[in-house]
Amino acid sequence: MIEFSNVSKGFESRKILKDVDFTIRDGEIFVIIGQSGAGKTTILRHIAGFYDPDNGDVVIDSVKMNGASNRIRKKLREKMGFLFQGGALLNWLNVRDNIGLPLVEHRLASKDEIARIVDEKLALLQLTDAADKMPSEISGGMKKRVGLARAIVRNPEIILYDEPTSGLDPVMSARIDELILRMKRELGVTSVVVTHDMNSAYRIADRIAMLYSGEMVQIGTPDEIRTSESGIVQQFISGNIHGPIKP
Amino acid sequence: MFEVLKSSFHKLISDTGAKLMYQLGFSGFSLILIFKTVVELRYVFAKRKEIIKQMYVAGVKSILVCSIVALFGGMILSLQTGLQFKVYGQQEFVPTLIINIMNKELGPLLTAIILTAFSGAAMAAELGTMKVSEEIDALEMMSIDPVRFLVMPRIVAMSIMLPTLTIYTVILAVLGGAVVSFFQLGVTFETYFRQIVDSIYFKDMYVGLFKSFVFAVIIASISCSNGLLAKDGALGVGRATRVSVVSSYLMILIVGYFITAIFYGNII
Ligand SMILES: Nc1ncnc2c1ncn2[C@@H]1O[C@H](COP(=O)(O)OP(=O)(O)OP(=O)(O)O)[C@@H](O)[C@H]1O
Ligand SMILES: [Mg+2]
Repeated sequence: MIEFSNVSKGFESRKILKDVDFTIRDGEIFVIIGQSGAGKTTILRHIAGFYDPDNGDVVIDSVKMNGASNRIRKKLREKMGFLFQGGALLNWLNVRDNIGLPLVEHRLASKDEIARIVDEKLALLQLTDAADKMPSEISGGMKKRVGLARAIVRNPEIILYDEPTSGLDPVMSARIDELILRMKRELGVTSVVVTHDMNSAYRIADRIAMLYSGEMVQIGTPDEIRTSESGIVQQFISGNIHGPIKP
Repeated sequence: MFEVLKSSFHKLISDTGAKLMYQLGFSGFSLILIFKTVVELRYVFAKRKEIIKQMYVAGVKSILVCSIVALFGGMILSLQTGLQFKVYGQQEFVPTLIINIMNKELGPLLTAIILTAFSGAAMAAELGTMKVSEEIDALEMMSIDPVRFLVMPRIVAMSIMLPTLTIYTVILAVLGGAVVSFFQLGVTFETYFRQIVDSIYFKDMYVGLFKSFVFAVIIASISCSNGLLAKDGALGVGRATRVSVVSSYLMILIVGYFITAIFYGNII
């Protein structure tokens, strides 16, 4: 369970999050939507313990992340996988070594075992042909998939996705959505997905939360969001130029 | 009018304060980085591949420039001092002067300056790029310690490479000096190298090498700190690189003086 209680966060006197309050249940797919710069990545970084809130608490499975020692942060992070917005691959390692890195560094398995796990993830994300390529030789969408493969290689209980389908073609997007759903179904993974892709949001979400000017305007099921009475939500999901959203 | 003055004075004070605080914070960060590196030294063997790679990169990138600087440095020293000494017919003291000044001061300093430009700048740029593209965060997410994984190998590699290249620089400078002494000053190679051998002192050598070891730690830690603290995208990486080169130069000069003073003079 991931709990945000009255979380506020500002950078250099600019308030990004104002009293954000929500709870993500175990095994849920929680989608966060909102404008560019609204603070979606900032929320994920709070969950991962990279930022501490100025006010309020971030609690992961009943353990407070903010103010925790490095050892506790490390323990909490071990349960998590994070797909970063740009993939965040190490440019001197090829695709295979990038994916296997967490296993190799912590000697979590034998060489053969690691090769087997990596092959399995490569196949899962249809990257087998790219296994020996360097990050500079593959497209942005592929980097994202490699980043995802690396995020799930340690079988985390919680996966944080920062725009998993941006830069992917519609078919590949649907495949990633299917993968997110499958991990929930088969492994009971809790997912927090930041996205601009409304099709994908409707497809995967148990609940959708809309972040606007630092506040959660609405949190609801896809149907509730679709039929929302909030002008802001309606304008955002329909992509209307005219409406209450300030440019 | 008065209001404007007052507010700009305010700004001056607060900007200076902020800068000072940042510098203090930065120095603290660099020191912690060095301390953590010492702790992580027990993984030197496990990280030997990365260390060798970093040594190789530093050596290969800078060897050509090192050679040119050393050779011509020696030639210039030899010519300038030789022309002065020649007036008094004392040109056989040229080799003594060259070996002394290269061993004690110029060898470590020149090599450090070259390695700052090549390796230090590369470290800041590389780690800075990793920082702003969230790769450092990705490492933390995988519970991989950036100090063990990135910083320790770089500091160790630099601490080995800089003294090694310093020896190389000194040798080349001596050779450059020999050529000029022979052709311009009429000092035979035999006289020249006999003088060199007579003027090498063990203390000069170990002080010089100690100096270049300290320089290496300074350069690598400042560069890595700047990289790890980079922000604001590509612009920030550029700034981190520039700042790390300039601060490395300043620190090398200042610390270099004090090491000389400690070993050869009365302190200050
Ligand atoms: N470390 C930081 N220092 C200063 N400002 C920051 C920092 N991190 C985020 N911000 C600011 O906070 C705001 C929200 O950033 P965030 O990355 O969370 O947006 P986002 O919703 O993920 O946007 P996008 O959809 O473009 O990725 C931005 O204006 C950003 O400039
Ligand atoms: Mg973002």
